[in-house]
Amino acid sequence: MHGTEASVMDAAHVALRTEGDSLVVVIGGEWSLEQTQPRLDALVDSGEIGAAGVRRMTFDATGIGSWDSSLLTFLVQCQRYCEKHGLECDRTGLPERTERLLALAAAVPDNVQPDPRPRASFVARLGTAALGGWRSVLTTMTFVGEVALSFAGLFTRRNHMRWRQFWVVVQINSSGALPIVTLIALLIGVIIAFLGVVVLERFGAGYYVSYLVGFGMLREMAALMTGIIIAGRTGAAFAAELGTMKVTEEIDAYTTLGVSPIDHLVLPRILGLFLMMPLLTLYADFVGIAGGMLVSRALLELSYTQFLNGLLAAVTISDALLGLLKGTIFGLIVGVAGCMKGLQGGSDASAVGRAATAAVVLGITLIIAANAVIDWLAALLNI
Amino acid sequence: MSDETPAIEVRDLTMRYGDRIIMQDINFTVARGEVFVLMGGSGSGKSTLLKHLIGLKSPAQGSILFEGEAFDITDDAARSRVLRRIGVLYQNGALWSGLTLAENVALPLEEFTELDARAIAETVSFKLALVGLRGFEEFYPSAISGGMRKRAALARAIALDPDVLFFDEPSSGLDPISASRLDDLILELKASFGTTIVIVTHDLDSIFRVADRALFLDIDTKTATALGPPAELRDHPPNPQVHQFLTRSSEGAS
Repeated sequence: MHGTEASVMDAAHVALRTEGDSLVVVIGGEWSLEQTQPRLDALVDSGEIGAAGVRRMTFDATGIGSWDSSLLTFLVQCQRYCEKHGLECDRTGLPERTERLLALAAAVPDNVQPDPRPRASFVARLGTAALGGWRSVLTTMTFVGEVALSFAGLFTRRNHMRWRQFWVVVQINSSGALPIVTLIALLIGVIIAFLGVVVLERFGAGYYVSYLVGFGMLREMAALMTGIIIAGRTGAAFAAELGTMKVTEEIDAYTTLGVSPIDHLVLPRILGLFLMMPLLTLYADFVGIAGGMLVSRALLELSYTQFLNGLLAAVTISDALLGLLKGTIFGLIVGVAGCMKGLQGGSDASAVGRAATAAVVLGITLIIAANAVIDWLAALLNI
Repeated sequence: MSDETPAIEVRDLTMRYGDRIIMQDINFTVARGEVFVLMGGSGSGKSTLLKHLIGLKSPAQGSILFEGEAFDITDDAARSRVLRRIGVLYQNGALWSGLTLAENVALPLEEFTELDARAIAETVSFKLALVGLRGFEEFYPSAISGGMRKRAALARAIALDPDVLFFDEPSSGLDPISASRLDDLILELKASFGTTIVIVTHDLDSIFRVADRALFLDIDTKTATALGPPAELRDHPPNPQVHQFLTRSSEGAS
């Protein structure tokens, strides 16, 4: 490998002997990281250490062949041993180059770490967690407020919003989202119809499957499923995009320029979703009802006309509007959760993943919670 | 494999991004134990050339031989033997963010040697001490400064005592003292282990201090226009671009 003196490869070996008040470490052989190395503490354990009265450690390296860092690691062990036992360490017998590398390694003092803080009591941890929870509620509200101000700013001052970003979001959530929304909405319509067939047929009320599909899709499932799809698709993408921009200091570059990242990055994304979610929900309404119609025709021999007549007799425009309102609100939730988690992310690679996860979890949780609240209000108002 | 085989030999290399030619007709050899600098203005293709040398990109034309062997080795075992013998310091460190500094430096040792856990830990500590990071073993990359990350990445690059070390802009992001310590370390690795070192840089101080020879990549002609010891290139520049570059002047041809 590197050395020139080496003629045959013989393994690294070390022996100890005492000469007067010196402990001589005799080093020989080929020292390579490839092989297992002798250890000083092994020699000391096996009793090869010299008698009492030893003051110095010296080295005899005349038998050494080529060497690499493994020799240096061994020399560090010797140095530690000398420091521990108060021996003088005389490294003159070593290859000259080792001295310079060891000196380079010793040039910067040790980084002394402070003792870790003791673990706090249960009450203290509970309090810290509660304060942290409250802070995250506050930051969420602040963020929503900033977005609202930024939105208001669209009408009151010179418009800084990047419309191109807005159209990109619109595109991703229209044609880009149609295949998955079609598939899921169709299957949900089919599932509701199956449920109706199984339950209502017991009472001889199979005809009312159209009621179930109509109410189920329009009021609940179209908006809910679209919201969940978009949370997983677009919300995660928002968080990952903004999270990456945070890592690469692009967000900081906006901030130090005095330009609001909310205006430039967040508002176009949220507005894009705000516009597209009701449209996607409406589309999911139609596809879901079509799925229900297919099942009713196949299992109940209900013609399309019968199905649609039943459906139109039962559902009203306010049912459809309720669903669209939900879709719009879910769009806002997904946009806010995605952008906020992205901007709050940390500054390493794993932070982007955490931001995306947090955005999806927060988005879906809030969507379902909001759905419950809206249903409750609708029941109170008899919508 | 005799000692006369150059560490790296580049023949008629052309590099492309898609249809765009970055550099063409590049020929040079790096001798064993030599400190070889790739220099040139921003965008001249230095880092791209480095990516070719370490096998991350394949030549559009021409060939690159690593100790007489082509890099596009298909045999996994042979490839891993070659990779074990090179170390790379990336421009931004490229430390694995999910691992501590000690784990980052230990990973190549765990993958390529039979050393036990204690020997690995001691080797890791020594390598971190060499780059001035003693006591930072348990830190994560996100918890230290950019310059420290770079030095930790260097510790990872030299973990296996590689025969050939590649540095991409080693001094960028380092303070003058750390940069100078890095130059010391480069010279020391060369002197102690006979390490061949290829450096991409435009740090003139470092070029004059450590380089045995330098290759100048010219962005206008898209090829290498000068090769030789840096002091000689400065005193007898073969073309105005090299003169400008090495004397830090903005006069003359642009």
